[in-house]
Amino acid sequence: MNWCEYPGAWLGVEAIQNYGCRMFAGLGLTLQLVGLSVGLGAIFGLALALLKLYGPKPVRAVVTGYTTFFRGTPLLAQVFLVYYGAGQFRPFLDQIGLWIFFRDAFFCAAFTFTLNTAAYQAEVFRGAIVSVPRGQWEAGEALGLHRIPLFLKVILPQALMVALRPLGNELVIMVKSSAVASLVTLYDLMGATRLAFARSFDLSVYFFAAALYLLIVETIRRVWGLAERRLTRHLTHA
Amino acid sequence: MDRLLGLLSWGDNGWGDELAAGAFVTISLALATLPFGLALGLIIALMQRSESVIARSIATVYTTVFRGLPELLTLYIVYFGLQIGVQKAWAATGLPGRLDMPAFVAGMIALGLVLAAFSSEVWVGALNSIAKGQREGAFALGLNKPQTFRLVILPQLFRVALPGLGNNWMVLLKETSLVSVIALPDLMFWTGRANVVTKEPFLFFGMACLIYLLFSVSSAAGLSALEKRFSRGFATGGRR
Repeated sequence: MNWCEYPGAWLGVEAIQNYGCRMFAGLGLTLQLVGLSVGLGAIFGLALALLKLYGPKPVRAVVTGYTTFFRGTPLLAQVFLVYYGAGQFRPFLDQIGLWIFFRDAFFCAAFTFTLNTAAYQAEVFRGAIVSVPRGQWEAGEALGLHRIPLFLKVILPQALMVALRPLGNELVIMVKSSAVASLVTLYDLMGATRLAFARSFDLSVYFFAAALYLLIVETIRRVWGLAERRLTRHLTHA
Repeated sequence: MDRLLGLLSWGDNGWGDELAAGAFVTISLALATLPFGLALGLIIALMQRSESVIARSIATVYTTVFRGLPELLTLYIVYFGLQIGVQKAWAATGLPGRLDMPAFVAGMIALGLVLAAFSSEVWVGALNSIAKGQREGAFALGLNKPQTFRLVILPQLFRVALPGLGNNWMVLLKETSLVSVIALPDLMFWTGRANVVTKEPFLFFGMACLIYLLFSVSSAAGLSALEKRFSRGFATGGRR
């Protein structure tokens, strides 16, 4: 018996035992999707936040339009737009050599999730950068630091501390939202569970998936809380 | 171009009327869920602040579970769970035929449970923000506990809770898109159907996005107007 069959055997539920391996594999896919998109989204989001704060006016308008669109529409609609919509632009995508990516559901989902979370993270970073008191900029200038090292060494570390908590929330939200990947043929945890239910008609597979999702979310919350305490240990805690 | 516009036209050849009907279902579902979710959220918040350990634990478990589960999973569990429950209950009564759980009700319950979990946090924050003197003043006037809550606390609560509840509403509006998976004919459902028939995914999913965007943007405008109205008579510090 494989390790992934044990929880079902231990619970004495045949459906969970039979589909346990698929569900754990699905959990792996969920974590891959979320890790990839939140990681890339952080880089992209920080760049967007900087463009929105310090970019030229037309660029700022474009960034605002971008964040409004991705924050104002459901993730499901965005995923469908990319996954089904890409097929319509196949000749063009073929020509520029990107079709091999867009024909793949995993890529489409990861791509859309990245764009989506980048929009949310951009707002988090923007708020965090703005929250750093202006005196920090002035003090840095008084020390003769140039703008870029001043930003990287003085402003950004302080901003990231403020951003830590909302970023943790965003990570949790993405774990939950990633379940829509199951609607574009992916067998993530949700997809594997849907398959298990469709074949077994046993509702307990959904409860097992619920327990797994809760486990992940609570683990992230706890670990993030510890990390936050450690990273802000030089500040006085109330 | 004409062909694409034709696809969006009203009537038998176009999908305009279907999309409008779907948008109507989306809005109706969100509006139907709102009072249920907010009221349940307020009850959970009151339990969270109650002196009874049992009430507090129930509230904590409730919010942990429904804030941690993917909305899609909650929807499936509620839909299939209620479906099975309702059919068993119907069979137990011994009446002929069968009873189906309406998808609309299942969607409303599932989204309402999630909304309650998230809005309870907002309610707790708002309840904490009301000065103790308000309760003491009401007590001095001889009001009992329910009267104090209804006449003194509740009217002040909305103003403080409004920004947070506004965020909850925006999230809810987008979450309604998930109900298309339980065959409730909302906006997402009809755009999916139109895509299958016409093979114009970019047009239709793009339209769906634009309609959701319209809802979001107008909600944001409505909410900020509402906040202004609720805050009249209050000095706004340095904020303009």
